[in-house]
Amino acid sequence: MGGYILKRLVSAVPVLLGITVIVFAIMSLIPGDPATAILGSYATPENVEKLNRDLGLDKPLVQQYFIWIGNMLQGDFGRSFALNRPVLDEVLDRFSATLVLAGAAFVLCAVLGIIAGVISAARQYGWADRAITVAVILGISIPSFFLGMMMILLFAVRLKWLPVSGMYAIYGGGDLPDLLRHLAMPAIALSLVATGVVARLSRAAMLEVLRQDFIRTARAKGVGERRVIWGHALRAAMVSIIPVLGIQAGFVLSGAVYIEIVFQWPGVGRMLVDAILKRDLLLVQGGVVFVAACYVFFNIVVDVAQSLLDPRIRT
Amino acid sequence: MSTFLKLLARNRLAVFGAAVLGAIILLVVITPLLPLPDPNATATADRFKRPFSDGFILGTDHLGRDLFSRLLWGTQLSLAVGLAAALIAGTIGAAIGIVAGYFGGRIDNVIMRAIDMLMAFPYILLALAIVAALGPGLLNALYAVAAVNIPFFARNVRGVTVSIAHKEFVDAARLSGMGHLRIITTEILPNVLPVVVIAMSTTIGWMILETAGLSFLGLGSQPPQADLGSMLGEARAAMITAPHTSIVPGVMILLIVMSVNLLGDGVRDALDPRLRSGALSRPMAATLVRRDETPPEKTDTKAVLSLENLETRFEVGARIYRAVGGVSLAIQPGECVGLIGESGSGKSVTALSVMGLVASPPGVVTGGAVRLNGQDLIGAPYARLRALRGDRVAYIFQDPLSTLHPLYRVGDQLTEAIRVHHRISRDAAHERAVKLLEDVHIPNARARARSYPHELSGGMRQRVAIAMALANEPEVIIADEPTTALDVTVQAQILKLLDNLRRDRGVSILFITHDFGVVGQLCDRVAVMYAGRIVEEGTTAEVLDAPAHPYTKRLIACVPELGAGRRELHAIPGLPPAVDQLPHGCAFAPRCHKATGLCATSDIPLDGRKRKVRCILPEEDVA
Repeated sequence: MGGYILKRLVSAVPVLLGITVIVFAIMSLIPGDPATAILGSYATPENVEKLNRDLGLDKPLVQQYFIWIGNMLQGDFGRSFALNRPVLDEVLDRFSATLVLAGAAFVLCAVLGIIAGVISAARQYGWADRAITVAVILGISIPSFFLGMMMILLFAVRLKWLPVSGMYAIYGGGDLPDLLRHLAMPAIALSLVATGVVARLSRAAMLEVLRQDFIRTARAKGVGERRVIWGHALRAAMVSIIPVLGIQAGFVLSGAVYIEIVFQWPGVGRMLVDAILKRDLLLVQGGVVFVAACYVFFNIVVDVAQSLLDPRIRT
Repeated sequence: MSTFLKLLARNRLAVFGAAVLGAIILLVVITPLLPLPDPNATATADRFKRPFSDGFILGTDHLGRDLFSRLLWGTQLSLAVGLAAALIAGTIGAAIGIVAGYFGGRIDNVIMRAIDMLMAFPYILLALAIVAALGPGLLNALYAVAAVNIPFFARNVRGVTVSIAHKEFVDAARLSGMGHLRIITTEILPNVLPVVVIAMSTTIGWMILETAGLSFLGLGSQPPQADLGSMLGEARAAMITAPHTSIVPGVMILLIVMSVNLLGDGVRDALDPRLRSGALSRPMAATLVRRDETPPEKTDTKAVLSLENLETRFEVGARIYRAVGGVSLAIQPGECVGLIGESGSGKSVTALSVMGLVASPPGVVTGGAVRLNGQDLIGAPYARLRALRGDRVAYIFQDPLSTLHPLYRVGDQLTEAIRVHHRISRDAAHERAVKLLEDVHIPNARARARSYPHELSGGMRQRVAIAMALANEPEVIIADEPTTALDVTVQAQILKLLDNLRRDRGVSILFITHDFGVVGQLCDRVAVMYAGRIVEEGTTAEVLDAPAHPYTKRLIACVPELGAGRRELHAIPGLPPAVDQLPHGCAFAPRCHKATGLCATSDIPLDGRKRKVRCILPEEDVA
């Protein structure tokens, strides 16, 4: 087991390098002079030249890349111009908020999606299956940002059940119940599409498994139907559900951008959009690399979970 | 193609999606012809008019612009951008995929590694990075969305290309001296195109949504130009005071994406051959029963298990396959009865019908009775059936690799078999499981109990399956071709094991097989099945030595005998009849060399007292 984890960790190194290459390549697409782009068109030539030197932009591209990588490995992601603050500090602050939001949404989509998918498969063509199928179609078609706005209108403005936006109340907030009240709507809005996708694939995986011979064996042993469905069948179906969960984690993480804007959640997605609009490119660069790297590690966790579940791939 | 359209038309959701999408596209196409106000004409006096007021169908936005006009023009822009993104992503992705798949080797390797890297990004993030570099703007958003979708197309197309790059017609083209470019355009591309189109139809909804999303964030279309996403983004500021300005573009996005998804799903389902045959339905907990009459209770029989006129059918659409057509068979305590027949003769379905294990849908038991110690099991409530399954009547199936759960340790599977019927502790059940594994001669049973099925050999797995059948000391074991998947020496060991268990424990066995050799070693009596019916029944010795039914005789003649010299093997001419169109009278008559006109006129009964045969011209006198 330890060997397997180590192997996966080692195999992540080229992927991480590839991510930095891609981000670096995209950033070097910037038309014209990056320093001018950062400072704006009214900058004096001296300032532009100084910034170019500070950023190492006067050196060849390949050298720039290795300087950038070297700095990042030492924890130096550069400095945000708009915020006048180290990029890494800002990213870490904001990422923790995103992690709360995306984590909650991920748990919701995994739990609700699998439950809905299993019920749908077990009651194939029954009313529960039809209801879930229709809900799934609506769920995967509604844009999360529109859903978020409608939820605010209904639950915050009309019914006044939940706060309109933010992560904590400005006065007297900051405890867990306060966080949960603020988290409820954005987490649900963010999870909906992923829940639909998970439900749909869980249903397909369950239908596939329920036709297998070992399910008939379980029934022939006298195992009760509930245990056949939620034990034998789901356990086998998880083998194909877990990779889907890994993909959905990526969707939830990136879909958080919209939700953070709609609910003014102080996360990394909103930070990125602000940074793009302000042309704060080092912050964009650092933020993208950081989040992508976290996603790579999350995928390793998914693979390890998969191998714990399926003894056939553990070698 | 026509079956495809028919299937698509039968999918009501897909038709609904097509209708909605068609209406939207039509509206968008005729938009320039409609007498609409200028979508960008501002009129601050008319701000935030409600729908259906003052001649504004959908009201006005924060600058007094007509929402209906803006909606139609915005929809047009969103659809065009989504379609363009899909076309760009599809074209570039397909080109990359074809190059990788066609040339293979190192080129393939490098390209696919790069694709993997791109897919390692949570993908809106990648789009954001691209927009950050290129700057906000609708065209840049379009490029970004197209770029992040390229890997998806490249992967799919590469897969298809690899599968056809080494087909004969491509080799032939290569040998005839065609250049790579010509082969790709004339031979590969036409075969790849359908895949690209399908992939587009399933992703175009996403692309419309993603470009709308970027516009919503203010990174796509810039004012005064507006697509649906930027309309929604601008309306957000006035969401609470004038919700209609948000709802109008939001609902339109929802409608577009939903209709595209419904249609895309419909297309995919119609093209998936597995869904065509209806095979993707799950079997229920017990076989459906639809009997016209309930047979009377009967307790005067000594038999532990008796089938009476059992009828089981498969109903697929309008077709009815009569797999079991009135089988009667009795098994006495401690007796081993062989049920023999070719594949498709209905022997396995007969066996599975006993405990309601025939997959339903499509299986239905339509008549007869199955009595366990006199009590009918057909139509028994599920709870009773479940309590008897594995406890009084246990099964051993053919291929233990697929019939044991691949992810549970064999010891746990045995323990479970015990614990569903007996309230004992996990530890006690585990001890019993180890003992069972020892009983079936598995060496080192305690350690083996911790193995997963894939870690055992075929013979060992079948021993585990037998141990599982013995777990609750059942009265009847139904063994459905338990040795067919094994090689001959292992087969002999397993048969010996079953024989010993039967003698030691007095359990009755119903042994399903297609192999007369196996029957001779194990069974007291044997019944021969053909086309869903028993055609002959008697003691094993009698049937093997002097078969009475012409079919049995021919079947035995088919078995090669070791060291029997130059006897010629006679295959039976023709094929067994399809069970959805059985002939009148004797089902074997069309293949029988003795058949006369009489054989096909009416149903032939299974005649005789101890020795029975269903033939009017039997080979041996059985009366």
